[in-house]
Amino acid sequence: MELHHQTLHEVHEKLKKKELSSVELTQAVFKQIGKTEKKIKAFITLTEEMALEQAKKADAVIQKGGNFPPLTGIPLALKDIFLLKGTRTTCGSKILSNFVAPYTATSVENLLRDHAVIVGKLNMDEFAMGSSNETSAFGPCYNPWDLKRIPGGSSGGSASSVAAGHCFGSTGTDTGGSIRLPAAFCSLVGIKPTYGRVSRYGVIAFASSLDQVGPLAKDVTDAAILLKSLAGHDPKDSTSLNLPVPDYQKSLGRKIEGMTIGIPKEYFVSGLEPEIEKAVRDAIEVYKKLGAKIREVSLPNTDAAVPTYYILAPAEASSNLARYDGVRYGFRHPEATDLLSLYKKSRTEGFGPEVKRRIMLGTYVLSAGYYDAYYLKAQKVRTLIRNDFTAAFKECDLLLTPVAPSAAWKVGEKTDDPLKMYLSDIFTINVNLAGLPGMSLPCGFTKEGLPIGLQLIGNHFKEETMLQAAFAYEQATDWHTRRPKL
Amino acid sequence: MTYETIIGLEVHAQLLTASKIFCSCSTKFGASPNGNSCPVCLALPGVLPVLNKKVVEYAIRAGLATGCTIAKKSVFARKNYFYPDLPKGYQISQYELPICIGGKIDIAVNGEKKTIGLTRIHLEEDAGKLLHEHPTTRSKGASWVDLNRAGVPLIEIVSEPDLRSAEEAVAYLKTLRAILIYLEICDGNMEEGSLRCDANVSIRPVGEKKFGTRVEIKNMNSFRHIENAIHHEVRRQEEVLKEGGRVIQETRLWDSEKEITISMRSKEEANDYRYFPDPDLLPLLIDDSWINAVHQNLPELPEAKKARFMSQHQLSEIDAETLTSSKSLADYYEACVKIYGDAKKISNWILTELLRELNNSGEPIEQCKVKPDGLSGLLQLIDQGKISGKMAKAVFLDMVKTGESAKDLVAKQGLSQVSDASTLEPIIDKIIIANPNEAERYRQGNEKLIAFFVGQVMKETQGKGNPALVNEILKRKLKP
Ligand SMILES: [Zn+2]
Repeated sequence: MELHHQTLHEVHEKLKKKELSSVELTQAVFKQIGKTEKKIKAFITLTEEMALEQAKKADAVIQKGGNFPPLTGIPLALKDIFLLKGTRTTCGSKILSNFVAPYTATSVENLLRDHAVIVGKLNMDEFAMGSSNETSAFGPCYNPWDLKRIPGGSSGGSASSVAAGHCFGSTGTDTGGSIRLPAAFCSLVGIKPTYGRVSRYGVIAFASSLDQVGPLAKDVTDAAILLKSLAGHDPKDSTSLNLPVPDYQKSLGRKIEGMTIGIPKEYFVSGLEPEIEKAVRDAIEVYKKLGAKIREVSLPNTDAAVPTYYILAPAEASSNLARYDGVRYGFRHPEATDLLSLYKKSRTEGFGPEVKRRIMLGTYVLSAGYYDAYYLKAQKVRTLIRNDFTAAFKECDLLLTPVAPSAAWKVGEKTDDPLKMYLSDIFTINVNLAGLPGMSLPCGFTKEGLPIGLQLIGNHFKEETMLQAAFAYEQATDWHTRRPKL
Repeated sequence: MTYETIIGLEVHAQLLTASKIFCSCSTKFGASPNGNSCPVCLALPGVLPVLNKKVVEYAIRAGLATGCTIAKKSVFARKNYFYPDLPKGYQISQYELPICIGGKIDIAVNGEKKTIGLTRIHLEEDAGKLLHEHPTTRSKGASWVDLNRAGVPLIEIVSEPDLRSAEEAVAYLKTLRAILIYLEICDGNMEEGSLRCDANVSIRPVGEKKFGTRVEIKNMNSFRHIENAIHHEVRRQEEVLKEGGRVIQETRLWDSEKEITISMRSKEEANDYRYFPDPDLLPLLIDDSWINAVHQNLPELPEAKKARFMSQHQLSEIDAETLTSSKSLADYYEACVKIYGDAKKISNWILTELLRELNNSGEPIEQCKVKPDGLSGLLQLIDQGKISGKMAKAVFLDMVKTGESAKDLVAKQGLSQVSDASTLEPIIDKIIIANPNEAERYRQGNEKLIAFFVGQVMKETQGKGNPALVNEILKRKLKP
């Protein structure tokens, strides 16, 4: 397989055997970017100079010999929501189009600690609000499997860059499915860890109680390596949990015989495209053959997920985005004449329509007289949703569902119908509301050749169980070995 | 119709922690603009708050000292509004579940005691400051933002509407301020804004049970402002009602120059703060062991100190009360007792001489040039017979002015008392010879004339003769 299409752990072996250097690997990646990036528009900013510096340093580490972390010298890319000191961090928005980060996110510090090479900042839906990467102020990003289609969102660039071989892994954030959906649409492995597993410090907030950082990778092993590096307690994030980080790679290869996998019946209803359902049912058969016990379970409040999410996430976002006021940094409207016009003009022009829609929605549900009816009620429903999962995990080790009701759609297809767009997250949102770990892995292709994703949901901090089952499935199938032709 | 005044106070007190409430920036006053700032308190993208434990400890202190219940679980909430001094676009505060609930403060007005209820004490962060003149170039026409104060920890202490006059309000605030200073959690400086007070004022006809419409008054930064502003506001509301009008719910600003309150915004214009629990902070959980630990290390409060002064130093209740009326005065007194020893003498000097001078100058005791060792030194000179009590009072005034030690002043001014009989005897002999008539009358029994002779000796010695010794020699020499 061409170098850029190999997995992270494969190129790690090459670096280890000194078959090539990190500098050579990084140069190869930039060569590939030069060839195909204009077709997919995965990056907002490329950081070639910095990457080559990092690659040189990584080579020095490798030259010293001995053991080095598997990310050493590996070209990775960051969703443009992660702050990296000295680089522009836009969050896909005009309002931060000139913002240069003065500090680095903790999770990115972790990657740098492990000598990773950062090749650039990736395209995304503005402030991570979207499922198709079309709300980006820097233009859409395209799916390497079909350039007429969206890569999924909000971490669209994170998915299309890895699928196209423009990096060997990427970071994303997942508030309602923003890692798992694009991973599914681009035939990748994407993990949304347990809330509190990875630090949120230095990651631009969308909805603080739901946001979680995770990796997108070509296979389960790569994802496990990336998650191990990203995760860990951070005293700078009060919601990060102080638990040791397991060596996730060690859980790969363990037998899953006897494991109980729950199939929530509410996830196999109308709206789910037959091709998708079939691929997921086939995956269930694979698990049966691997010795897993399959059990139907019920998550009765599943239907409430989308409305609950679209109250809570915008409420938090309306407050989180108040700081973009044109006063201290970011876009300031040149024609502002006084304080009020500074606020109004800067925010009116700085934010795109989807972001403004959610700010208005969030402001509304928190307003006096509406708070109890919307925000408070949604919090109560969130508890019910959480309880559904708690009950399910009493009888199962894992849950298995589709990631999305359909495969990737065409650019522009759903942009005029926000409700239709919101429904694409119907199978992923609950996981965020419950704070659980969830992941997406390739489980097939549609007749049109579009990737289909399988979702595994674990109990709190049971990423290992989830990865163990994902790896077992991956070993039994070959979907993960396919690469798009660009 | 006569009206009754109803007042409730909301007091914001800056806590004396070394660092801010949600980041590690210094809280020190006087740094260059934005010198005390970091990504967190500048509200850069991606930052998160981390609660300073010391702030919680200080709030627990305040709660325990005012008889509040310390909440086992309290929750930080976001108060959302736009203003350039509020970098996040929301203030992290506490709303539905504050850290301290209930409580009371005992006050006294004209000797009459009264208990004022506290509704709650909650934690929050301070906002920054807007400057309408550039701090160095002095240019105008734009505003500048200084975020040094943004994130400085505050407690807001909310009283019940139990106060019935401006005088009670001032007494309450003075008592509260003393408690906070005693607790070493706030410096109580109202001019610099470490202690700020808003008043909710309403009036109702005497006998009426229902509260009238309340008006919130802001921008009062001294006890005098508060007293004047409340007096003014009560008069204004009375006039409105007497003219058949209706008091409207609004916020008014006190203009201390014109001595009036000015309408700032009506209820309709008030912000909808859209409070909701801050998802970046976990609920604040406080267990009994934490509360007990704070309780055990609670500094001595005024009442306890007063009782101790009375039992340990045998001071009268009124003296002990005055000495403990402020922590700095009590500390001063105790420092003197430590150096000098005689509590009674020290307290007399402080309560008469020192307090009079402080009253005259209007200076706080911290700024007084006579420190405890200075005052102790002066009293020691009296005990050693180097100066008379009367001379000491004059020396004390010079010490207050110059800050020099009693010893230096006495030496410089040649004030040292003549306590040497061999120097005094020739002078006394001379005076007896010069006044034969008086000497004769004394010897015949008019002993009052001793004062005349003492006066003459003092005149001759320019007041430096040791009075006791002069008396003794005179009596010996005038003996019939
Ligand atoms: Zn700071």
